Amino acid sequence: MNEGRSPAFYALAAFFALFVLFLYGPMIVIFILSFQGPTGGLTFPMNGVSLHWFYRLWEGGGIVDIAGAFRRSLALGLVVMALTVLLSLMAGLAFRKKFGGSDALFYVAVASLIVPSIVTSLGIAIEFHVLDDLVKNYAPSWIAATYTTSMGQFTSGLGAHLTWTLPFGLLVMFAIFNRFDARYEEAARDQGATPWQTLRYVVLPIVAPSIVGVGLFGFTLSWDEIARSSQTMGEHNTLPMELQALTTTVTNPDIYALGTSTTAVSFAVIAIALFSISVLNARQARQGSDAGQA
Amino acid sequence: MPKARAPLESPGVPGWIQAMPFGLVFAAFFVLPLAFVIMVSFWDYNDYEMIPAFTTRSYTESFEGCLTDLPNLCTMLATYLSTAKFCLIVWALTLAIGFTVAYFLAFYVRSATMQMVLFLVCTIPFWTSNVIRMISWIPLLGRNGLVNQALMGAHIVNQPVEWLLYSQFSVALAFVHLFTFFMVAPIFNSMMRIDRRLIEAAYDSGASAWQMLTNVIMPLSKPGIAIGSIFVVTIVMGDYITFSVMGGGQIASAGKIIATRLNALQFPPAAASAVILLVATMVIISVLNRIVDIRKEL
Repeated sequence: MNEGRSPAFYALAAFFALFVLFLYGPMIVIFILSFQGPTGGLTFPMNGVSLHWFYRLWEGGGIVDIAGAFRRSLALGLVVMALTVLLSLMAGLAFRKKFGGSDALFYVAVASLIVPSIVTSLGIAIEFHVLDDLVKNYAPSWIAATYTTSMGQFTSGLGAHLTWTLPFGLLVMFAIFNRFDARYEEAARDQGATPWQTLRYVVLPIVAPSIVGVGLFGFTLSWDEIARSSQTMGEHNTLPMELQALTTTVTNPDIYALGTSTTAVSFAVIAIALFSISVLNARQARQGSDAGQA
Repeated sequence: MPKARAPLESPGVPGWIQAMPFGLVFAAFFVLPLAFVIMVSFWDYNDYEMIPAFTTRSYTESFEGCLTDLPNLCTMLATYLSTAKFCLIVWALTLAIGFTVAYFLAFYVRSATMQMVLFLVCTIPFWTSNVIRMISWIPLLGRNGLVNQALMGAHIVNQPVEWLLYSQFSVALAFVHLFTFFMVAPIFNSMMRIDRRLIEAAYDSGASAWQMLTNVIMPLSKPGIAIGSIFVVTIVMGDYITFSVMGGGQIASAGKIIATRLNALQFPPAAASAVILLVATMVIISVLNRIVDIRKEL
């Protein structure tokens, strides 16, 4: 396979190109159609080019409180991202040592990926219903009197999202630490660094680019999550839930404008993450060891 | 079970304390909720609330008519059979496409940088919204969509083809579109781990590219294939959103049973169908687990 390109290469390359077209083609079509003119419809031809449907969307014309859903999803996504990074990093460090129940914890995390989201969502909803009933019936009256529910975006909703993002975070951490050269840590320790200093000045700078990747998973998976959110968000919907509700009554291109807007956020986050990773990698290459070099 | 290489000694904070917040999240939002699902599936209920009293009512009602109506299928069996059909179709297509893409990336792309870039190209859609990727088929497959415009323009058909959208076809298409990545990633990972000397040895022994593929690469990619299969099959089994959005509300699925019962705010029957779904999923995984020991391969 090293000399020249075989016919198989061209066949496979063509297949790959078709696959990429299959992945991106439809998305590109709705990005184009979201700039449809005011009289345009759901399909081609384009009746002019305008930002009409974006204005309509953000003024709330036709669709309820998109700006609110947008803000809620953004806030939740950022919190999920921060917690995913922090908890996965801590768990990743923990899994390098021996601790009781580590196998069980690993299986639970993987099971959380495989158990259908709707089942997890239902379970959390039932859990919070039972909790609410307990508080209403047995809590001191000064609590029970004004209590309505503990279900909400940053309680049940946040927990539901974490059961989806954390397993990915843990798997990425495993991939990182499988390749991590523990001799760096030993060297730091031999020179008298405390465990905290070793972590702060040796381990974290080395794994930083991959940590950005964990954050990327955390935000994007939360930003687009529906199935787990469906029963757990309490009173207000997140943006993907609003979007899904809209699909039952697709009549004009504002749904494309919404699609383009949310995808723009996803792409912005992906771009920021990839850029940060390349900057961190470049910095590592620049400041890397000069041992053994003339 | 992947073993991260441990430092020689383990100073600092004990592992179980570091893992505690992570573990607590799963205890509170995954293990306990699943226990509640199983418990509530045996509760009674009336029109507006669930009643904590043991009964198998939700199960007997779920399987109503499954024995008496034979040979006709009851709703539950018919729905599971239809979902299984989608699982099989989507599994076969994602496996064929995913394997080919991974094979190309792993063995035909020469530079490591190009490999990463092309793999990233496959990954980026996974980080965007599934619903948007579903609705993006509307302008293509709809009644007046591009495909129908093209077919009618070429005089292949005289009136728009109706089964392109909101049909079994569009559901299967959307699944393949959304979830082939779950095959590509683990198979690519398995292929990258294959010792390149084995390939050379096969080459030196006179194996053709095809023999190399079927006798060396395919058997060694089995772990990735098994992991990808588990993801794809469990996703299709538990999905209700793709079935609703792309099926136009006409196609039943195992996951949709739960969603429908939840819309009626009936927790015990919803929980019972969730338990049935879990059992079905576990059966499938244990079958796949027989083919390959997944724990060793992550």
